[in-house]
Amino acid sequence: MSSPEAGRSFLRSRHAEFMVVSAGLVLMGVGFPVLNAHGLLSDFTITLWGKYLCYALLAISVDLLWGYTGLLSLGQALFFSLGGYMFGMYLMLLIGPLGSYAKAGQNPAGLPDFMVFLGHTFLPPFWRPFHSFSFAVMMVFALPGVLALVFGFLAFRSRIKGVYFSILTQALTYGACLMFFRNDLTMGGNNGFTDFKFLLGHSLVDKDTGPATMRGLFIASAVVVLSVCLFCHWLNGTKFGLVRQAIRDGENRVLFSGYATANYKLFVFVAAAMIAAVGGALFVPQAGIINPDQMTPAKSIEAVVWVAVGGRGTLIGPIIGAIGINALRSWATHAYPDSWLIILGTIFLVVVLFLPGGVVSLPAKIMALWRARRASPAPAVAATKPAPDRA
Amino acid sequence: MSHPILTVEDVSKTYDGFRAITNLTFYLFEGELRTVIGPNGAGKSTFFDLITGRAKPDKGRIEFGSSAPGIDLTALNEYEINRLGVGRKFQTPSVYVEHTVWNNLVLSLKGPRGVFASLFQRLSSTDRDRLDELLKLIRLDAKRHWKAGLLAHGEKQWLEIGMLLAAEPKVLLVDEPAAGMTDEETHRTGELLISLAGRHSIIVIEHDMTFVRQIARDNNVTVLHQGSVLCEGKFDEVQSNQKVREVYLGRGKHGNR
Repeated sequence: MSSPEAGRSFLRSRHAEFMVVSAGLVLMGVGFPVLNAHGLLSDFTITLWGKYLCYALLAISVDLLWGYTGLLSLGQALFFSLGGYMFGMYLMLLIGPLGSYAKAGQNPAGLPDFMVFLGHTFLPPFWRPFHSFSFAVMMVFALPGVLALVFGFLAFRSRIKGVYFSILTQALTYGACLMFFRNDLTMGGNNGFTDFKFLLGHSLVDKDTGPATMRGLFIASAVVVLSVCLFCHWLNGTKFGLVRQAIRDGENRVLFSGYATANYKLFVFVAAAMIAAVGGALFVPQAGIINPDQMTPAKSIEAVVWVAVGGRGTLIGPIIGAIGINALRSWATHAYPDSWLIILGTIFLVVVLFLPGGVVSLPAKIMALWRARRASPAPAVAATKPAPDRA
Repeated sequence: MSHPILTVEDVSKTYDGFRAITNLTFYLFEGELRTVIGPNGAGKSTFFDLITGRAKPDKGRIEFGSSAPGIDLTALNEYEINRLGVGRKFQTPSVYVEHTVWNNLVLSLKGPRGVFASLFQRLSSTDRDRLDELLKLIRLDAKRHWKAGLLAHGEKQWLEIGMLLAAEPKVLLVDEPAAGMTDEETHRTGELLISLAGRHSIIVIEHDMTFVRQIARDNNVTVLHQGSVLCEGKFDEVQSNQKVREVYLGRGKHGNR
């Protein structure tokens, strides 16, 4: 719809914000691989930033729910991991003769190593379709999507809101995490999946061809983040975007205006689950591992911190938050390994107390202060309105 | 005799043993402007909750529609009842504070309410004309790009009335529209409501007696007391009614009840 919507980030219009996000992602998606191919950027950095981009997808999914719709989901790490596991199953089945047991000639059935270790002699039936790449990709969307659909339907129909919704999503995540820890689920137990070798015929580990595969994965991640941003940008401009934000700001009014708010929330919840899942699917080959540790409520909360720090309710905020905090973590866990959680906690506290709009609201705040100074004694009409304090 | 557009018959509602509404019977006819008054706790807001589906009655009949048999509202939820054409304005102005005045009205405009419709729906030029007209009516034309949260209290009340009108409801339920308004704003609100009667059927809950006198004119006033209708009639009749005087004035003498 036509009217200008003052964004909360430093970019006044949401179109400008989208242009900056796109430009940044294109620059990164093209620049990094080119630098890497010419040896100016290490393979390690490419993989690291590829993972950051996957985390950005997780953060965007949190922001879509929390920042735009007012639903604080602590289950996004679950959807991220489920996407990762679905794609991981495909990767596991590609290891074949390169697995440790196979090399020792102890794996005639060509099972993933952990199954041989647990004494399985044949592949469980639900694993079989994962020989197919397209089936695995479909499941990356389908399993988290269906889970979100069923859970969301029940939760929103019962009008579960606010902190109760957060607790339920947390419980769901924790339950799933415990389930994946069990060996008899045949999903790798506490070790999860690792030791991947190939992806679509390209080696992930080969000294010569591996880096090219990783570059490809990095580019794929950048493209997916860009597509998701395009989707979010489009959504923000529709009437759906207006309704969604209205639900955040006053669900009652929306309900009494004839909108079945539960359906709107369900749509967002399912879309967010799929976005997190595709992030997880891209994460697994780049990280080389997926295990139930990725599925804990703590991981979900971490993603919430990224969004809070970056700036919720904006397109660019979660991306900045996810990349920024994780880059900081990579540095701090080397430099100050014992104090990382304290650093993270401090950042979160500072943002909550002094910068509720996140890092992206900082320039506007400084501008407002500066203008107020210049324009004193006239009353300072701040360029930013006070950021709302909604949980 | 014409069929009432809203039929409330023998309705009761209890909250944890507290009888908010007891055997309430109430009819609203098409085009009528009805004022409902009553002391605090008389059940006025619960009355609206029951009509709009926010609360379900323990017993009784609530029907909508000017031809018999009406649509049973007790079986529907908030948004279904709203879609039938029952709009409600809340006591505290509830507008979308982060949206512009314009977008507040866009969201309220009569039209499809589904998820997929909302993804692809665009404003037609008729819609825009209608919105312009509404903005003039509620005197927020110049503030159409303002965030609704920045409006003054009275302006928010007007915006919410505008939002109701955008949906073109058959029945308007208006809860204390004059609360927090200046005398002049109150008067203007009264004029607006009077001008709407006829095209819409309206129930107004109000405390401000000057305002009630203004809008009641030749219309009926219903007095609620302890969840039932105490009396119904023209403003002057009601005002001189002995029971009404006791309920309003006697409370101080005998304590609460």
